[in-house]
Amino acid sequence: MILTNLENVPDRKIIEHYGLVQGNTIRAKHIGRDIFAGIKNIFGGELRGYTELLSESREEATQRMIEQANSMGANAIVNIRYSTSSVAQGAAELYAYGTAVRVEE
Amino acid sequence: MIELSIFLLLLVVGYIFGHWGEKKHFRSIIKRELEMLHVPVVTLKSYPPLTRDVDGVLVSGNVVVSIDHFKKFLASLRNLFGGRVTSYETLLDRARREAILRMKSSAIEKGAEVVINTRIETASISKNSAGNGNVGSVEVVAYGTALIPKSIYKEQN
Repeated sequence: MILTNLENVPDRKIIEHYGLVQGNTIRAKHIGRDIFAGIKNIFGGELRGYTELLSESREEATQRMIEQANSMGANAIVNIRYSTSSVAQGAAELYAYGTAVRVEE
Repeated sequence: MIELSIFLLLLVVGYIFGHWGEKKHFRSIIKRELEMLHVPVVTLKSYPPLTRDVDGVLVSGNVVVSIDHFKKFLASLRNLFGGRVTSYETLLDRARREAILRMKSSAIEKGAEVVINTRIETASISKNSAGNGNVGSVEVVAYGTALIPKSIYKEQN
């Protein structure tokens, strides 16, 4: 599966469009991480726990998007966009979407 | 009295560690930016010198940075008078540059020549799970398409 946020795949021709594919995941931070973040908040600096949590979640959202594209028979996803929103207190939604296409091999 | 002294202590601790941490972070950012200067990161949709015989791969980098207690206090004072909130400006600046650097280093690992169509997104993560949050941290994610010469890309897969 070729992933890109361009409108086409470099050096390849798109032969078929399958439409929008998307994947999302909603993750809550657990309380231990929150307490640690609260302490870290006094000193400032990077919150490694959160960084990891969010990048894992984004990875999972992307994976779900890829699964959907696979089931359509696509071999590439173009114009991928990420977005983040907080839906509930203490939880964040990571969302990835793009257009599934078939490109020449 | 005790409350006041705790408050002042937190301010002082925040100032010392925050200031030190930020300086250190900026030094490391500048150093790494110079090291990775050979791979340009652009917001263009194509990179004219490099259009044939390349493969595109999505790369991303993210970081969550929190503000320290002293700066948060400064910002709340600033709220009274209005004007530039410089303490938050530097926070966001270092978060963005760090996210771009992480994206860049993952692109370099894959053997990229350039990262095109870079997008940067910012989200504030300010509430904790109890809902009484004022954590004052931001997440920045940078993503783009790394262009990798076909010969190198084939070797990796």
